[in-house]
Formats: sequence, structure tokens, C-alpha cells
Amino acid sequence: MFEGILIGLGTAFTPINLLMVVGGCLIGTFIGMLPGLGPMSIIAIMIPVAISIGDPSAALILLAGVYYGAIFGGSTSSILINAPGVASTVATSFDGYPLARQGKAGKALTVAAIASFSGGTLGAILLMIFAPMLVSVALLFHSAEYFALMVVGLSAIAAFAGSGQVGKAVLMTITGLVMATVGEGALFNLPRFTMGVMDLQSGFSFITLAMAMFALPEAIYLVLDPGRSNTGQSGSGQITDLRITRDEARRITPVIGRQSVQGFLIGVLPGAGATIASFLGYAVERNIAKGEDQAEFGKGSVKGLAAPESANNAACTGSFVPLLTLGIPGSGTTAILLGALIALNVSPGPRLMVDQPEIFWSVIISMYLGNVILLALNLPLIPYIAKVLAIPRNYLIPFILFFTLMGAYIGQNNATELLILVGLGIAATVLRFADYPLAPLLIGFILGSMLEDNFSRSMQLYNGIGFIAERPMTLGLLVLAVILVVLPGYRARRARLRAEGVADGD
Amino acid sequence: MALDRWIALVLLLIFAVYGYTAFFTMDAGLPPFMQRNPVWPSTFPKVLSVIGILVALFVLTGFEKTVGGHRAPEIDYRRLTDYKLGQALILLSLMVAYALLLRPLGFILSSSLFLILSAAVLGERKWLVLVPVVLATSVGVWYLVQQVLGIFLRPLPFFVG
Repeated sequence: MFEGILIGLGTAFTPINLLMVVGGCLIGTFIGMLPGLGPMSIIAIMIPVAISIGDPSAALILLAGVYYGAIFGGSTSSILINAPGVASTVATSFDGYPLARQGKAGKALTVAAIASFSGGTLGAILLMIFAPMLVSVALLFHSAEYFALMVVGLSAIAAFAGSGQVGKAVLMTITGLVMATVGEGALFNLPRFTMGVMDLQSGFSFITLAMAMFALPEAIYLVLDPGRSNTGQSGSGQITDLRITRDEARRITPVIGRQSVQGFLIGVLPGAGATIASFLGYAVERNIAKGEDQAEFGKGSVKGLAAPESANNAACTGSFVPLLTLGIPGSGTTAILLGALIALNVSPGPRLMVDQPEIFWSVIISMYLGNVILLALNLPLIPYIAKVLAIPRNYLIPFILFFTLMGAYIGQNNATELLILVGLGIAATVLRFADYPLAPLLIGFILGSMLEDNFSRSMQLYNGIGFIAERPMTLGLLVLAVILVVLPGYRARRARLRAEGVADGD
Repeated sequence: MALDRWIALVLLLIFAVYGYTAFFTMDAGLPPFMQRNPVWPSTFPKVLSVIGILVALFVLTGFEKTVGGHRAPEIDYRRLTDYKLGQALILLSLMVAYALLLRPLGFILSSSLFLILSAAVLGERKWLVLVPVVLATSVGVWYLVQQVLGIFLRPLPFFVG
């Protein structure tokens, strides 16, 4: 491990990678602050840039920086104008905005910055401990287990989709998998399902799909509903005193400690992630708090602010565990990162740490750096950075659309790709109208070819579908996958039936 | 029938066509040496189409219901005309126009037009600020893409160069 850390230090501290951390954090903070733009849209827009850098470590460091920068930036707009830029900072506004209204915006921003920093840093330490352990287990896996593991990952993502949404999420996952089979696969040199369209010969482009699923619907929603980008309630205006008292520091320390660990663990689970971590963190801390403390939640409690902030940052870091160790993304954002890695010819999976330790370790080391940079950048610069919130909508929307178009064009160098982008974007918007979750589609699409490769390899090895029965671990994982998908629906149904039964009895 | 079930129906039809292709037409041109393989290019799609059709039917029948009522949607598609639908459609048409005109008009002109027109659609009227910002962006992005990323983009219209 220490060898790895040294390699990571060596790679992360090269001038170009340092530039990537600083650049990524800055860009992420700026864009994450804009209300209505989530980290997935930002990262989707940044991919073409990252891929053209060419060096996988630098690209991943940049994108990771953008990711946690965006989460950090989202908290600033939550606190100052009660308009979370990111779903995972919604819980931040519960107590952050009341604090800002009481004229304590500076204090709130400081608490958020410290909580984010601690969450991110503790998360990175846990990542450094857990990831190598998981890798040593994962190295024993064969393609059959990989296949099963990916199925488990995909089902877990669907299972976390929320009540009444599991079926839709599974449907989206399958749609993504189906889209992945379009074009020439790696295993068979035969074009499949291209419907005679030349531009589909190489399949759908992952960048185009990522833009079409996230950035474009986001922009269309901003157009449709002007209230979304409206800068919310005007904030308290001046950000003056950034200091927190010794007593406040003492009160938030245990909260940060607990929520960093809990957030990290939730982040590791596929499908959960920063949003769930932040809400759960807030709820848990409110329940633990007693008397006066508990009553303060929602009215400007520093504890209520520190909990979601440390949890969401730790969860962001946690979501890198399955990505870096198994090559299986647990969230839309890490799926996009995985797609970028594949585009850069890195094969993700447990061999990543063995074969390309510089990528593995430099990303982890860059997370420490990124957190330090975010803290250093944001504390003194917050009042100035907050000015970004004033970018008028008339500029914001055309530029988002323009950058999605550019991203799709640069990826494929082909004007037809732009038409595919618009078509898929409209489809994605309609899906969003009907409350279909879009992340499972993209995750399915990205995992699709790997899933098929591993499936086919096991079929070849065992001369048929028998591999499922012959390898107990594969069977076990597949059973787990089925349980994950069926259980939430079954429990919801039983709860509903019971509720109806009670109603009948009345 | 609510929109989400219509979508499930559309997906069901797509999966049906997809499954039909995988089961009946795809293997026709398969070279003989591949036929002795336990996996064919159509194997995985066959599995997917079966699962897909089952799941689409499951969503279509509305078997799974939300406990405690639906949460309020961010945008209610039933009242789409209450929103800025016209603006959204014009912007989408502008994107299509951009895709078609990018080659003939060249990057700088088509991008500038796209940015200016879409800002105008959204209600921007301060041309003296907008036009310089847009021109600087178009030229700047062109320079970055062409010179830094090394991807060819024809900057000027076809009749100039």
C-alpha cells in the first residue's frame, strides 16, 4: 500500500495533474453553483475535454475534481439563495438557508466548507483502506462472477430507485443494455441492429448519450419552467463574518465524524449515493439530537448543516470504491467516469490497481489535494464566487445547448451525431416527464458491452448456460440480484394491502 | 392511460421487434464456423428481449403502484402548454438547424448565429453585450478545438474558404 501511495504522490504532484485538480475543482464549483445544473450534466460536458487530454490519470483527476467541486458548489447556492444546484445538497438548504436569513451566511458557508472538507478527506482515507482489500477479493473473480456481479450492480441501482419506480428503473436498464448491443460488438465482428444506418455502425456514442440523457433535458427543463433557474429568494446580501465559535466547532465535530463514515458506506452501495446519504445523514442526526438541539433543526442548526454536507462529500468518495476496484459504477456520475476511462483505453476492474497503479493511486491522492484546494479556494473566495449566481438565464441556456452540441460533435466529428443527440434528448425529456429515472439507462448502456463479453466468455468456457449452476458464487450473486429487484416491490405491495385491509376494517 | 404506461407500450413494441430480429432473422447470415459456438451474436439480445418484454408488460399493466400517492412532478406534462413550450421547441429546431448548417456555413458563423438566435428567443435584447460575447466564444472555442484539441472544424462558410 505504501508503495502505491508513493506512486500516487509521484503522479498526482506532476504540474499537469496539479493543474487538473485546481482546474477541475474550480470549474466544478462554478458550474455546480448554477441552480438547475447537476454534476452529471457538468461531467458529461467536460468529458470531451478530458478525453482529448489523452492521459487517463489526468483525465480522471480532472473529472473527479469537477465532481466534488460541483457538490461543494451546490452547497453554496443552497445556503445563499435556497436554490440547490445539485440534488445532493437539497438537505443542506434545510438549515443552511435559515442561517443565511439570520445574517449568518458567512458562518453557514464556513461550517459547510469544513464539513465538506472533513467528509471528503475521511472518505479518501477510508477509500485508501477499503479499496485494496476489495481488490484482493475481486482478483479471484472469473468472468462468470463478473457477469453476475454486474447484474447485481444493475439490480441494486434499480432497487434503490424508490417506491413505485423499481419496474421503471429496470425497464430503463434493459433499454440501456439493448442500446449497447447496437453496432459492431468487440466479440463478434458483425454489425447488429444498425437498421442500415451507417452512423450506427460503431454503435451509439457514450458521450452523445450522456449529454442527451442529462445535459439536454436539464436545459429543456430550464427553458420550460423559468422558475427553475430563477435565482430563488434573494439571499442575505452581504457575507460578512466567516468565523465559527469554539462551542459550535465542538458541537459539529461528532456529527461530522459519524456522517463521514455513514456517508462513505452509503456511497459504496450501488445506486445509493450522495443524495440518499445527505438526506439520511440529516434524518439520523435530527433523531440523535436531544431537546433544544433537536428543535433547532430546520431553523438554522449548525449540526443540521454539517450532517448532510459531510455525508454527501464522503458518499462521493465512497462511490469511487466500486468504480476503482470492480469497474462497476454505482451511480450515473461514476458511470460517466467509467465511460471516459474506457474511451481512454483503460480497462477498469480489479486489475487496474495491479496493472496501472499510477491511475488508481493518483486519483485517491488527488482527492486529498482537491479537498484542500476546495477549502483554500472557497473560504476566502466565496463572496466573489457567489457572483456567478447572477449569470442571466438568457446566456446560460444557449451556452449549455451549445456546449452539448460541441461535445457530441467533438466526440464523433460528424454532424449526424448532432441529430442523434437532439432526437435522444427529446426522448429523454419525455421519459423524464413520465418520471422514468435516466441514470439506469446510461449505466446499462455503459455496462452493456462488458456484461455481454463476460456472459459470452463464461458461455464459451462452460459450453452453455451451465456456468450458472456450476459456480456457486455466480448462482448466489444472481439470486441476490433477483431478490434485490423483487423485494422492494413485494414489501410495498404488502404494505399497501395491509393499509387497504385496515381501511376496510374501519 | 398515463404517459409512463404509453412509454412502456412503445418500449414493449421496440423490444418485440428487437426480439424478432434476434430470434428469427439475425442468424441467417451467420458463418458456419460460428454456428458451432455456444454463444452467437444473437444470444445476448435474445435474453435481453425476453426480459425486456416481461418488464415492459409489468410496467404497462401498472402492477407496481406508488405507496402514499405520487410525488409532485417537476413539470406536469398534462399542462405542457402552461410552460414555455414554444421557446423549447424553437430552441430544439435551432439545434437541428445548427446540425444541418454546421458544415456549409462553417463553425464560426453557424455557432454565432445559434447562440444569438437562441438568446433572442429567450428574450435577450441587449445586442451590444450579446454579440461581442458570442463572437468571442465562437472564435475562442474554434481556436481551442482546432488548435489545442487538433480536431478539424471548417471555420468559414463554404464560399469563403
